[in-house]
Amino acid sequence: MRLLTTVITLFGVAVIVFVVIRVVPGNPIAMMLPPGATDADIARLQAQYGFDKSIFDQFLIWLSGVLQGDFGTSISLRQPVSRLVLNRLPATLELSIMALLMAVLMGGALALFGTRFRDGKTEGVVDVTAGMALSIPDFLWGLVLILLFGVLWPVFHISGRISPALNVDFTTNFYLFEAIARLRFDVMADLAAHMFMPALALAIPLAAIISQLLKQSLKETMHLDYVTLARTKGYGENHVITREALPNAILPTLTLVGVQFTFLIGGTVIIERLFSYEGLGNMAIDAVINRDLPLIQGIVILFALLFTIVNLAVDMLYVVLNPRLRHA
Amino acid sequence: MNGFLSIRNLTVRLKNGSPILRSVSLDVAAGQVHGLVGESGAGKSMIGKAVLGTLPRALSVTGGEIWLDGTNLMSLSPTERRRRIGATAALIPQDPLTALNPSKRIGPQITRRLVDILGWSRQDAQDRALELLGEVHIPDPARVMRNYPHELSGGMRQRILIASAFAAEPRLIIADEPTTALDVTVQKQILRLIADMQTRHGTALLFVTHDLGVVSKVCDTLSVLYAGKVVEDARMHRFFMRPIHPYSAALLAATPTYTDPTGSLTPVSQAVIDGVEAEVAQHDARRAQ
Repeated sequence: MRLLTTVITLFGVAVIVFVVIRVVPGNPIAMMLPPGATDADIARLQAQYGFDKSIFDQFLIWLSGVLQGDFGTSISLRQPVSRLVLNRLPATLELSIMALLMAVLMGGALALFGTRFRDGKTEGVVDVTAGMALSIPDFLWGLVLILLFGVLWPVFHISGRISPALNVDFTTNFYLFEAIARLRFDVMADLAAHMFMPALALAIPLAAIISQLLKQSLKETMHLDYVTLARTKGYGENHVITREALPNAILPTLTLVGVQFTFLIGGTVIIERLFSYEGLGNMAIDAVINRDLPLIQGIVILFALLFTIVNLAVDMLYVVLNPRLRHA
Repeated sequence: MNGFLSIRNLTVRLKNGSPILRSVSLDVAAGQVHGLVGESGAGKSMIGKAVLGTLPRALSVTGGEIWLDGTNLMSLSPTERRRRIGATAALIPQDPLTALNPSKRIGPQITRRLVDILGWSRQDAQDRALELLGEVHIPDPARVMRNYPHELSGGMRQRILIASAFAAEPRLIIADEPTTALDVTVQKQILRLIADMQTRHGTALLFVTHDLGVVSKVCDTLSVLYAGKVVEDARMHRFFMRPIHPYSAALLAATPTYTDPTGSLTPVSQAVIDGVEAEVAQHDARRAQ
């Protein structure tokens, strides 16, 4: 059932993207040829890439390729789309996961802090902080961070994914995970110094959302009878918040984090550009500029697949954390 | 009269100053059952909450003393107070459906505090929980310890909460309307269970209820509360023979009897309410001077 809806969703995304990028103005072939190319040259290349056929026919050709694992060839990079995209995916995944981790830690800490000192000035400070963090979009945070940690106090790298001077033979494109697995702390530090700012820029707005929602649901849980009962047993405020209230209060936040994580992955497009981070998002922008239709399609489908996987993972985690659903 | 729990002139107010409890004094003797009766909103639950230190944040104790086993709780720091209560007293809550943590198994909800707060060994706590679950007639206690609350009925959960309350052998238990949320058929069993456990363990019990019928079955002494003020303090037998305060008498007359189920209900008359309201106003006026 779940699989079926996923397939239908992906198909819908494919159709929409396919049609939209062919309807908007801009001719990929014209971009490829040097100025002064004749109409005949253009027509010949268009025929070669199949752009002379109807959109419907083009879609059928593309779809039959996809079903056999062939996403076509990039027009601007002249390589198979599947290879290009899969090479870049690990970089974006690492960045997104790092950003999610930061958001959960910062948002969670802020929520616990706000709950511990609720109904007072301190909670007001937490609310104002979160409100500000949320109302500034991720790319602006990126610029703020560049100014702070790249210019005024240059402690982190402002561009790229790894220092070229570091000569490491990676077997996968998951540089960070591989560095961790191989216990290469120098490489880890370099990757982290590159990833810190883009990940933080992505994480700040999500952290704000998590803090506000989790705090609200913690505060509601704190009034419940089992929390009161725990107090009469001699437990203090910190224990009551983290052990009694948190495991229950975290459930509604979890669903939201799933949805927001997909937004965060979408946010990597502009953030990767800003920090010249060699990920999927950065490639997507180049693909759009070059009107590289096969590449755009491939990237969008991969993003869509990523979103559905994230949502599936969240649903599964929800069942694991909620004993009431475990046996259902 | 001086009890294991002695409350002296306890005053609790809303943050805006309006009184919820008006100079309440009462005593619960060691090993005895004291009933706390009154209509909804009379503040009877608030007395229990004030003792246990679980008043809602909008309320605060503005005067009076709460003596528990010879120590005035109000003179202790919040932390000391919490520890003292955790070691000496326990609560049987009103609603068993909301008083167990839905994300934790039953076992740890009974045993954790024995280990964390009272420093028992895990094995001792485990054995104790099994023993007490047996005592409250839970079939197959070892299996129930591994269950989650949602897998058990309301009656079962209330038995578990009773077992949990007695687990650390507290010297005082506060039962806050422990049968109100239960099915009528289960109410009687739970009431008898609490009375049995109290007798067997010799625990002092403060029994909060609006049901005089329940009071007559389990209590040795009682206080009648109206608008946060104790209007009568009496031994059980004397109270039912000859209530002194007109409000108490009216409350007693209003209790439906099982022997005469077809008899019409007698509401508390307006004259009685006017009388007791005047007393409360007089009390407030004296305070204000």
